[in-house]
Amino acid sequence: MGGTSSKLPKDLLSEYQELTFLTKQEILLAHKIFSELQGGENGPYSSRVSMQKILTLPELKANPFRKRLCHVFSTSDMKDGSLNFEDFLDLLSAFSDTATLEIKSHYAFRIFDFDDDGTLDARDLEKLVNCLTGETDDTRLTAEEMRQLISNILEESDIDKDGTVNLSEFQHVISRSPDFVSSFKIVL
Amino acid sequence: RLILSHLSLQAPQWISEQGRSRGAIISQYCNRTMQLRRRRQSRPSIQHFPRSARPSIRGYGVETDAAGFEEEENKRDRLVNNLQNLSDSDRVRMLRAMPLSLSEKKEMLVLNKAEHSVSQNQIPCCSQLKYYIIIALRHGWYGWLSFLSSLQLWQTALKCVGGRFGTGVLSYFIFLRTLLFFNVFLFLVTGLLLVVPQAITHPDQDQNITVRSSWGLEVLTGAGYFSHSLLYYGYYNNQTLQTGHSCSASGNGTSCSSGLSYNMPLVYFFTIGAAFFITCIILVYSMSKSFGQSFRIDKSKGLLAIKVFSSWDFKVIKKSSVRLQRANIGTQLKELVAEVNRQEQKFPVLQRLFRLFIHMLAWIMCLGSTLACVLAVYYFSEHMHGAASSDPLLKEASLLAVPVVVSSINLLLPGFFNVVAWMEKYDSPSMLNYISISRNLLLKVSVLGVLCYHWLGRVATDPQSLGLECWESFVGQELYRFLLMDFIFMLLDTFFGEFLVFSQKALKRKRKPVFDIARNVLELIYGQTLAWLGVLFSPLLPAVQIIKLLFLFYMKKVSLKMNCQASGKPWRACQMTTIFITLLCFPAFLGATVCVTYTMWSITPSAGCGPFRGLKNMFQAGKRWVHRLAAVNPDLHWLASAHSYLVENPLFLFLCAGIFLIMIYFHSQVVDGQRKIIELLQEQIENVRRESCEYVTVSSSYV
Repeated sequence: MGGTSSKLPKDLLSEYQELTFLTKQEILLAHKIFSELQGGENGPYSSRVSMQKILTLPELKANPFRKRLCHVFSTSDMKDGSLNFEDFLDLLSAFSDTATLEIKSHYAFRIFDFDDDGTLDARDLEKLVNCLTGETDDTRLTAEEMRQLISNILEESDIDKDGTVNLSEFQHVISRSPDFVSSFKIVL
Repeated sequence: RLILSHLSLQAPQWISEQGRSRGAIISQYCNRTMQLRRRRQSRPSIQHFPRSARPSIRGYGVETDAAGFEEEENKRDRLVNNLQNLSDSDRVRMLRAMPLSLSEKKEMLVLNKAEHSVSQNQIPCCSQLKYYIIIALRHGWYGWLSFLSSLQLWQTALKCVGGRFGTGVLSYFIFLRTLLFFNVFLFLVTGLLLVVPQAITHPDQDQNITVRSSWGLEVLTGAGYFSHSLLYYGYYNNQTLQTGHSCSASGNGTSCSSGLSYNMPLVYFFTIGAAFFITCIILVYSMSKSFGQSFRIDKSKGLLAIKVFSSWDFKVIKKSSVRLQRANIGTQLKELVAEVNRQEQKFPVLQRLFRLFIHMLAWIMCLGSTLACVLAVYYFSEHMHGAASSDPLLKEASLLAVPVVVSSINLLLPGFFNVVAWMEKYDSPSMLNYISISRNLLLKVSVLGVLCYHWLGRVATDPQSLGLECWESFVGQELYRFLLMDFIFMLLDTFFGEFLVFSQKALKRKRKPVFDIARNVLELIYGQTLAWLGVLFSPLLPAVQIIKLLFLFYMKKVSLKMNCQASGKPWRACQMTTIFITLLCFPAFLGATVCVTYTMWSITPSAGCGPFRGLKNMFQAGKRWVHRLAAVNPDLHWLASAHSYLVENPLFLFLCAGIFLIMIYFHSQVVDGQRKIIELLQEQIENVRRESCEYVTVSSSYV
């Protein structure tokens, strides 16, 4: 960690303010934290931080979806989940207080889509439920309960009955849940 | 045609494989910006509708991104073009809402600005000036928003609490912060308009009595030294305050007569009225906003899917809390799956009757205990005021008796209700929650009701029987004592209920206590009701409430961290927040307003103290001013007649209430209609799917 704390230029700052849901304080704080993750290298706007380093952040360390978060927001060509500063801002913006329900539900869908095929099929749902309930045996669902749960979910949310939940169906389900917006938040 | 329809069915399949591909997003937003432009320009253009084979869905913005890369580029150019033609605020909002990565949005912005700057040279100079003004205003607006968000009180503390205990407990602290802001507002209004002018000018000479109590109980009882101070109503002047004194010391004598005049009774009346009115508007606004967020038309279906998709609280960051949350969700999912899939169990009639009997017994016990406590408070307060004691210390301490009794009732009885509820069996934990909240609320409302009757019905109408010269100051002192006792008992409750280490060993519990959110929020609402009741009689009471809330925040936070653990039961934060704001508005604020209005309308103020002495009721202050204005200025006589017809005539108020009820009925019918539309649309989707399946089978039979 060198003493070179590169400052964010003003025009970039105002651009980020316009394009994301973050306030100026939040963007500056994100910049500070990201620079610390990089170890004080110069030029944070295009250089990437590896996934392992991002996952050392206290806000993400214990989250069961942390790897999916990195993969979804990463624009890296190597698909290794590394984030540059703008990806990091994207992440924070989607999880901020003022982000719209549409943005949140869009990214939630991509996070839950474990195989990145654009729909939530039974395998994705099973992985999702396992992420939610944990690895220990007493909290995990039995195979029978899992099967029952997935068929219930598909029955409730699959409107066109193709066996998968696509984005519109997902957003329809989410729109009926008033707690989604308040729980889909990360504060730095 | 059949082959075309077959192809068009392939396209949605392909889209769903790509997911929300970039092209799909861009074309969707292309259509949206086009619609927005059309809406702003109010001119439809049919050629922009995307091509689709099914005529019924043409024009609904369905993305059919079936072509290759070149079409995507075209779409992007079209999107940039559309964005340019929108107004600045629309463009910013559209760009923000697009779920694309930041680098792509920046490219679009750059393209946008490039085109913009090219055409900028051709803009005449006045439009350029307007452009710069708009840019400056926008920067100013962002700066103001940043400043507001930097003022967020306790941001880090709330984040820690949310990170460890989740959204439910966090909502208690956010509610506390909201109440703090209400009180700060009240304090500023009454402080600036009432306390400061009265403090600056000299007090009435005939009120120069100081009663000193040597036992130091003043802080607790609010009497003694405080009874003739700015804290209470009795101190305030009923004349028009003049700043003549300061004038005579300096300057020439001729300008002294035109010193600042400040009509204290009028200002007192209007300040309290305006403060309540503005608080009402803010409360109703936040209630409707919260209601809008949490109300859902179709609540019965889709519980499991909603639970799975939206139950993970991303705010929780502590490892142990994450583990606990996972365990909770696992248990809830298992319960829900079992519940949804269980066969309709027919309990034997005897068991059902037995359960009904238990419920009725529980309710009788709770209502009976509430009634007993209310009667106890009623007779005890009467007795305490009748009893006269010679010993001054005992006399002072006896003032504290009724508040102590009421606070201990408020502390002990909800615990009793919890025990009673433990013996009943409820179908769902949320039902249990609602029942306990309503029992607690009933208790507090009845206790407050009997106290208001005691103050306004007994003390105010017959102050001589108690030897009081200034009943308003006395009521103000009572409210101060109640507020303070409430705080002290909350301190004791936190200390004994949560802090004491031996309580764990004493009760041999392995688990730490759980923070009871509903009970704590109801305590907050009770305290706030007392503060609202007391503003009229004690203008500095909001300051006391502010200090109390500040202490409470830090105390509860420390106690939480040291002693409590996160709850195992589900807590629907959004719904409960709406319920609490509604409870704050309806029984609490409405009750306080009714009491204050009743006091102002029908009770005679004391003749010897306060700003309204000599008037028939406090309302007269406003009326006299209006009449005086009309007498001085004949053109304003319509004001006086409007006042007597509108404000004093109950018919006008009934009319307002009637219109309000009609609007509510109308809105509820609209919601009903929307519910029916949703059902019809779902049926339509089913039919479309079935038809398309038939098309596929028919077309494949042709091929």
